[in-house]
Amino acid sequence: MAVVELEIPARPAYLSLVRLVVDAAIGSLAPGMSPARLDDLKIAVSEACSNAIEAHEAATVLEDPVVVRCVIEEDQVTVQVVDQGRGFDPDRLEALPAATDPRRLRHESGLGIPLMRTLADEVAFTPADNGTTVTLVVYRPATTS
Amino acid sequence: MQLRTEVSEVGGWTVVTVHGEVDVATAPELREVLVRLVGEGSAHLVLDLDQVDFLDSTGLGTVISALKRARTHGGDLRIVCTQPRIARLFQITGLDKALPLLPDVDAAVAGA
Repeated sequence: MAVVELEIPARPAYLSLVRLVVDAAIGSLAPGMSPARLDDLKIAVSEACSNAIEAHEAATVLEDPVVVRCVIEEDQVTVQVVDQGRGFDPDRLEALPAATDPRRLRHESGLGIPLMRTLADEVAFTPADNGTTVTLVVYRPATTS
Repeated sequence: MQLRTEVSEVGGWTVVTVHGEVDVATAPELREVLVRLVGEGSAHLVLDLDQVDFLDSTGLGTVISALKRARTHGGDLRIVCTQPRIARLFQITGLDKALPLLPDVDAAVAGA
């Protein structure tokens, strides 16, 4: 198992750095993961970090860092995004109208969590008193060696 | 990587070609360009996303916002996107049903 941990200031300008680190860490430590799956994971992590930064802005704790932890195991890659915002309940989010519903276009935000749920193999939101941990898991294909 | 936009005119449509990454950090810049263009009377927009390296839900939100703004001003917005990894996000969120992804600027201008 390998662990790569990154702490970023709660600023959108650091999202690009998170994607670079996730790309480099998983690209080198989890060979065999397809570029498409790595892209999926990068988008999901970026979405989780965007929410984390927004949570820090809402809770006015901009000086506290957001932690991104990549855990690379033989059969899966787990990325945890830990914020120190006020926390939220993902189950209380409004459901999006069906794709064919004209009201669908009213939704300019709220797309991030549905994306995370589709792009990662497992997603968990763990609220706590002092923030939320989002856990994203992508399975690794069995290696043939 | 920074966001960069190029604006050109093709067949009466204003084509905005987007380069780089569209996320929470850069989406406001793209939104500003699109709002300005519609405000200046260019409400028939083609947004070419084929040079985009990364796009997230904020980018999708910016596209929806621009589409609504263009239609409110009597225009429309059409998307050029052939990159599977970007197109996939439109498909997952169902936005491709409301906003078809077109193969190139000529098809977008022709309304194909």
